[in-house]
Amino acid sequence: MSLLELRNISKEFGAIHALNDVSFTLDAGEVVGLMGDNGAGKSTLVKIISGIYTPTSGQVLLDGQPVNIHSPGEARRIGIETVYQDLALADNLTASENIFLGRELRRKVGPFRLLDHAAMKARAVELFEELKSETRAGDYVRQMSGGQRQAVAIARTRLAAAKIILMDEPTAAISVRQVAEVLNLIHRLREAGIAVMLISHRMPDVFETCSRVIVMRRGSKVADKAIADSSPDEVTALITGAKEAA
Amino acid sequence: MGVQGFSNVRETRFWQRGFLASQSAYVLGALVVLIVVMALSSPNFLTERNISNVMQNFSFIAIATLGTTLVIITAGIDLSVGSTMALTATATSLAMRWLNDAGFYPFPGSAFILSVAAGLATAGIIGLANGFAVAKLKLAPFVTTLGTLSIVRGLTYVATQGRGTSPDGPDKGLFLAVTSARIPMPEGIPNLPVAFIYLIALALVMWVALNHTAWGKHVYAIGGNEAAARLTGVNVDRVKIGVYVLCSVSAGLNGIIISGWLGSAPANLANAYELTIIAAAVIGGANLFGGVGTAAGAIIGCILIEVIRNGLVLARVDPYWQQTLVGCIIVAAVFVDRLRSGRTG
Ligand SMILES: Nc1ncnc2c1ncn2[C@@H]1O[C@H](COP(=O)(O)OP(=O)(O)OP(=O)(O)O)[C@@H](O)[C@H]1O
Ligand SMILES: [Mg+2]
Repeated sequence: MSLLELRNISKEFGAIHALNDVSFTLDAGEVVGLMGDNGAGKSTLVKIISGIYTPTSGQVLLDGQPVNIHSPGEARRIGIETVYQDLALADNLTASENIFLGRELRRKVGPFRLLDHAAMKARAVELFEELKSETRAGDYVRQMSGGQRQAVAIARTRLAAAKIILMDEPTAAISVRQVAEVLNLIHRLREAGIAVMLISHRMPDVFETCSRVIVMRRGSKVADKAIADSSPDEVTALITGAKEAA
Repeated sequence: MGVQGFSNVRETRFWQRGFLASQSAYVLGALVVLIVVMALSSPNFLTERNISNVMQNFSFIAIATLGTTLVIITAGIDLSVGSTMALTATATSLAMRWLNDAGFYPFPGSAFILSVAAGLATAGIIGLANGFAVAKLKLAPFVTTLGTLSIVRGLTYVATQGRGTSPDGPDKGLFLAVTSARIPMPEGIPNLPVAFIYLIALALVMWVALNHTAWGKHVYAIGGNEAAARLTGVNVDRVKIGVYVLCSVSAGLNGIIISGWLGSAPANLANAYELTIIAAAVIGGANLFGGVGTAAGAIIGCILIEVIRNGLVLARVDPYWQQTLVGCIIVAAVFVDRLRSGRTG
């Protein structure tokens, strides 16, 4: 039984068929790469798992049980964390405020429950140290570099004990050194038994960290195979359509 | 802190962040300069009596400006606050009259409590309607509240046949005292209008709510990036409806206070006040694009507008110049903010 299973998922936006009959499984401690051309449906797939879109048809199973994930909050409660492609940060809040957005730490002050700024900041500092990022918890996201923003979005997934982490292009727009840190983090997540789905356009990222690669083309899954049995050339051919399926 | 070899990375200086880096701080500076200039040029400006009047006058719009600032932080707008002030005042005074006519007076103060509750409930319903239309029906706030402006003003005229009403009955004295009294102060200190005390209390509550509660962070997050707020599990619709309700109720409260001071609730009460209120919020640093605004800024904006009006009166300048000047200040404030953020951002 797999940790996460998608069965025959389709998603239509009006006349656009973003996903056609996609099925796959994800096991604990597995890192799966999801690749495909722009518009292939990768982000749509992630958003279905993280509760933003409901599929037009098909089923999502968690630990073998069918689940209906109606909202991002619900996805998080059942252990699914997401780094969104556009990062989903509020520019006018600080790094730690963004990390804790929607699940703030509070302390009792008389009859009120007020924000525990110090505890949140301390935890954020820890998370950035863990990520070896030089991002400062008290800085406004507005003033941050692309890599620092990425760090904030990734740090957010480390807040709770997630079972599944979906990363939609976490290495876009960051430096070589930071890419290495993110890939390192993914290794550590796998060791901790967390299932990771990594979307990337960067072949080396996928071949370095993933044990399996799923290739999407125009909303359909065209390949799902072990990294050991594939090659960057084959995956490239699958993405572009030079090779139909594998 | 795990930071090595990043010489370009340093903590932002205290003056680059927080209040000192905000438009509110610049406007506060301008306000202080203005007050000094007026104090030097008019002997009547710093008299106890005039200060007390100024406090009373800006309190008449400042409570509504607090609520409006909340809506503006979420990148919304509420054009219906002026009409809401009028309908709330009207509902309150009608309720008081009905209770009097019906002879329903179970305990002293009951007519006052019930009628104010009726008024604020009316305001709450208006806010609920605005919030529902914006959050659930996804209508544009500008158009929605432009509609409400007209609907609510129309209802005010209908309810009073255009004549307006005045509070009456056993609690009339209490009503006037609670809304428009001035608390005597020792020699040398201006008498405190009660409206000013309500304003300060509400501003403190708003400051705590915005800075020290999860709700406050959600309000800012919605203004900063609504999609992100939604993705992180913030209940965007509920927060939005909440700010529209708070905005209407704050406007209603101001309407009741004004009607107490006037001793009546004319159907054209607070006509076009929405413009002054939004202007005050914007001058005080609330950004119409959302994500920025504070309680302190709202009050600073209101004080600035009132001090200018007062100064023109004292200088015997035609007070109609006020509108023109306020307009210039809005543009100047936004322009200075633009220059500043262009430099540091
Ligand atoms: N909310 C939406 N409404 C309508 N169409 C959408 C929506 N979201 C995605 N689509 C369409 O669905 C298709 C798949 O989009 P998706 O964002 O999943 O692609 P992607 O594989 O993530 O691409 P990229 O590599 O560019 O991020 C595209 O044709 C896109 O235009
Ligand atoms: Mg995408």
